[in-house]
Formats: sequence, structure tokens, C-alpha cells
Amino acid sequence: MGKTTAEKIFAAHLVDEPFSGTKVLRLDVVLCHEITTPIAIVDLVERGKDRVFDSSKIKAVIDHVTPSKDSKTATQAKILRDWARRQRIRDFFDVGANGVCHALFPEKGFIRPGNTVIMGDSHTCTHGAFGAFAAGVGTTDLEVGILKGVCAFREPKTIRVNVNGELPKGVYAKDVVLTLIGRIGVNGATDRVLEFRGSTIDAMTMESRMTLCNMAIEAGGTSGICMPDITTVEYLWPFIQDEFSSKNAALDEYSKWCSDDDAVYEQTLEIDAVSLVPVATFGVKPDQVKPVAEFGQNPVDQIYLGSCTNGRLEDLRVAAQILKGRKLADNVRGILSPATPKIYRDAMHEGLIDIFLDAGFCVTNSTCGACLGMSNGVLADGEVCASTTNRNFNGRMGKGGMVHLMSPATAAATAIEGKIADPRKYL
Amino acid sequence: MKTFGGPVLFLDRSDINTDEIIPAKYLTEITKQDLKPYMLEDLKLDGFDPKGEKTRNARVIVSRANFGCGSSREHAPWVFEVNDITCVVAESFARIFRQNMFNCGMAAIELPKADLDQIFSHAADADTSMAIDIEAQTLTVSSGGKQKTFSFELSPFDKALVIAGGWVDYADKKY
Repeated sequence: MGKTTAEKIFAAHLVDEPFSGTKVLRLDVVLCHEITTPIAIVDLVERGKDRVFDSSKIKAVIDHVTPSKDSKTATQAKILRDWARRQRIRDFFDVGANGVCHALFPEKGFIRPGNTVIMGDSHTCTHGAFGAFAAGVGTTDLEVGILKGVCAFREPKTIRVNVNGELPKGVYAKDVVLTLIGRIGVNGATDRVLEFRGSTIDAMTMESRMTLCNMAIEAGGTSGICMPDITTVEYLWPFIQDEFSSKNAALDEYSKWCSDDDAVYEQTLEIDAVSLVPVATFGVKPDQVKPVAEFGQNPVDQIYLGSCTNGRLEDLRVAAQILKGRKLADNVRGILSPATPKIYRDAMHEGLIDIFLDAGFCVTNSTCGACLGMSNGVLADGEVCASTTNRNFNGRMGKGGMVHLMSPATAAATAIEGKIADPRKYL
Repeated sequence: MKTFGGPVLFLDRSDINTDEIIPAKYLTEITKQDLKPYMLEDLKLDGFDPKGEKTRNARVIVSRANFGCGSSREHAPWVFEVNDITCVVAESFARIFRQNMFNCGMAAIELPKADLDQIFSHAADADTSMAIDIEAQTLTVSSGGKQKTFSFELSPFDKALVIAGGWVDYADKKY
């Protein structure tokens, strides 16, 4: 019987099975940010165990509130910064070099096919786009990961999601994943891996695959996973060219992590890409999704372009294409946060930043910022935001605020019209 | 091992997320104790008062499906812990929240929907308390002079974490 990617990774990393159903895995990458890591650091210090299992496998960034906004966030940043220095963590990204973790770490080439990855952040599932098993965990799991390089899991079953056909104009990875979540619900993949397959996925860039895998958690999924292929190799090539004689050699090596043809899935879902339309959320759960065309009059106060879901260069390009030569609607404010300094710089060189500024957007530094109402871009009671982020929970972007999740294209069209709008007419 | 059981707070809704349990703006606190005043501050549930007597006195939460979905923040179990709530009983849990509870030596107990329907319909309006026996894997609901006992499943690993008081001590000894 064949194995799925997740099963192969579990088998290759198994350290212990202390009880039936519980597997303790060796970790290849432990990612850290300043919100969930400091309490682990403080606890390790208090226990007299201020050590790390392998400083080269730990990567850290200050991204949620940066530059620090007050004494408390400055303290969190300082705890992480001091620890990174003390533990000689070379891959630590501070103000000036920092960006949203799930955009920054892949951009640095840290995630490879077959890796096990954890982080004290639920959107860690993003990194499954590289054919890795990547799971969000809490601070205690993170603490043990830092100290011992292991993490315990119930081995997840895999749901295969076949997406086939060419995406229609104005429909993107975000629409695919929102449609999927709308279909299976916010706990439709709990304790499951969502494996994305099919010609639509094969044709996607790594950025789009990350958007897809990023939202696996919004269906409760442990990790999203895409099959490593030549697109994965091309993306990683600058970081792996010394390891392999050719791209084909890398592809051969990475392909061993692909699910076998006779792998067994708990469930297989089919999505016909050709039939998809632009969608957005209408409620306070990510599974409350409907076509943009059905929204009618739905005015918004703020547009937010950014985050680990849709703050990458291709997202900015799509939004800029629609916004070029146009303005934000009256009484609507726009905020753009390119997810990393590299994305910011590339967008600037391509002239995209000018387009956003001309349209009336505020361009902020690279930070998780508004997505979870922690620093800038917080909504007032009763305000509505059209957002390219991943969560529309009650109060997520500010107490009493309402969030509609959508693709960057739909957000750009909404920016122009001041109400939730269909991007297809602008493309 | 922590102590489990006491007055019950009923939260009759599915998909209660960790943003509702502890909003992100409080994640800048460095100590667990500092989270205490903010428990369930953004919970969207008719008639719920985060500062009410029932909330204040609760030692156990009883809720519905997919409890603790969303963010990985362990601040959610922590804010319960510093408010002396060490056990959540629900139809199902989000994976990360469930693991965080056990990793802290707390209990996330799943009951079948039929059992929860029974508990909600008989006990949700009254002053109800719950006794929990982790070893025997039973819980007893006491309400209006009546008692009823239910049994629950607990994976051997989760049980070991509750008995060990959490994952750090357990893992440190073993790996």
C-alpha cells in the first residue's frame, strides 16, 4: 500500500511512539515570533534550561507588532532579540530585515520538501506548500521543540482535494480555498492534512500554493500540503544549487516525498476550477462564504492588503493592475503592508508602490499589523474592512469591527467602488 | 496533577474561537496572571456576561463543537487556568487548543452530542456543578438535586500529560 506525503514524513521523522496513536517526530525547522515565543523563553530560563536543541534549525522574527508600539511589545521584542543573540541563532530578523513570518521564512529558502516544521502560530500550515509537514502549535509545544527538537502529534489522516482546470479570469487561490472552506466547514479538516492536487495546483506559483495552504487551518487542518515539483525546485534553486548537480537532480530527490499513486486517502474532494467565481466571507466564520456577485450593497470603511495569506508580490501585482489609474472610493481608506522588505522593494522597483500611493493607499512596513488588530489599522466599533487576510472572527481587527475575507483582486475592486465589488470587470 | 471540577459555565454555541476567548490585543502580556481580567471578552453569545457571577465562579466550561478554533495562542488555556477553570467539556475541539490544554496539564474532554444535548437541556439553566474523575474517565453532573454520570474517552497520551502536569516535564525526562 502506498503512502501519502504526510505518512512518508511521519515515518522518516519518527522518534518515539509513547502510546498507540501518538507519534513524536524529530523537527527540521522550529520557527519563532515575538508573541508566542517569549513566554517559552522565560519558562526555560526559570527551569534552568535556557538552551536550544540546534541553533541552526531555529529561525526567529519580530513580526506581529513591529516596530514596537509600547513598553509591553518592546519587552516582547527584547526577550526574543536577547535570546537569539544568547543562543547564537543566526537566522533572526529584526527591525529593518523583518517581515511576516510565513512570507519571510519561505523567501529565505528555509523550508524544504519533506521537512517537519512547527511554530507557535496557527498559520504555520502555509509551509506545506513546499511538500513539508508544517503545523501550528502552542507555546508549550514550541518550548519543547526549542529545547528538544521534537513534537508529539496524533498522526493525521489525509483529505485529498483535487482541483482541476484553468482558473477563470478574476479567480485566484484565495477563491479556491475560501470555496473549499465554505464547502467543508471550519472543522471539516480537524486532525486532517489537506493535500492539494490536480492541474490547477500544478499550474500555480509557490505564492499561490502558500495562499492555499495558509488557510488549511481555517478548516481545522493540521497542515496543507502540495506536491513538490519543478515549480518548488525553481523557487528554492538559489538556496539549493550547491546541494544538487542540476534542477532535475533536485526534482528527483524531492519527488520521493510525493504521495504514492496508490496512497490511501480518508476522503477525496473534487473542485472544478472552471466553475469557480470570486467569493468573499459574509459572517464571522471563514466558512461563511458566498459569491461576490451576491453581495449587493455592502459598503466598507477600510481595505487591507497584506498578511501571510495575500501580502506577496503576485498579490500586489494583481491589486495594482486593477488600481492603476484609479482612486479609492470616497470615505474609504486603504492600507497596504507588503509582507516582507524584499516584496516591498520589488514592488517599488516595479512601480506598484506608486500605483497604491496614487490610489490613496497608506503603505506600511512589513508586519502582521492590522490582520489581528494588534498594532495599526484597527477598526472602530461598527466599521467594516475588506481584507486579504485569513480570519473574520468577531472583533478580529478591532472590537465591534466586521471583516470580509477576499482575494487581493476583489479587495482592489472593492477599494474603487467602496462596496464589495466583482474584480472581473476591471481585468 | 491539577484539580478538576466545580461550578459549570455553559456556552451554548459551536466554533468558539481563541480570539473570543482572549483577544489578540492582550497577547502583549508577558505573564499568564495579567490575562485574568480579559477572559471571553469578545464572546459572541446572547445573554453572556464576561464579568457575570456565573463566569466568575466557573471551574468547568461546557460547550459545543469545534471549541477553541482559530489562533494557536496558548493564552486561551492560560486565561482559563488563571481564572481557575481547568477543564472544558465539548462535543469536539480544534487540534491546537486541545493539545495546548493537555500540554498545560488541563483537560479537554469530548462527549457525544447526545450526552451534551442532555446536559444542556437539563442543567444549563440551573446552578450546576460537575465532578471529574480523570483516572476513571467519568464525569458527574449535579443539578437541581439530581446527579447523572457520563463516561468519556481520553487518549493514553493525553491522560499521561494530565497526570504528569504537562508536556515540558514529560518531554524533558524522556527525550
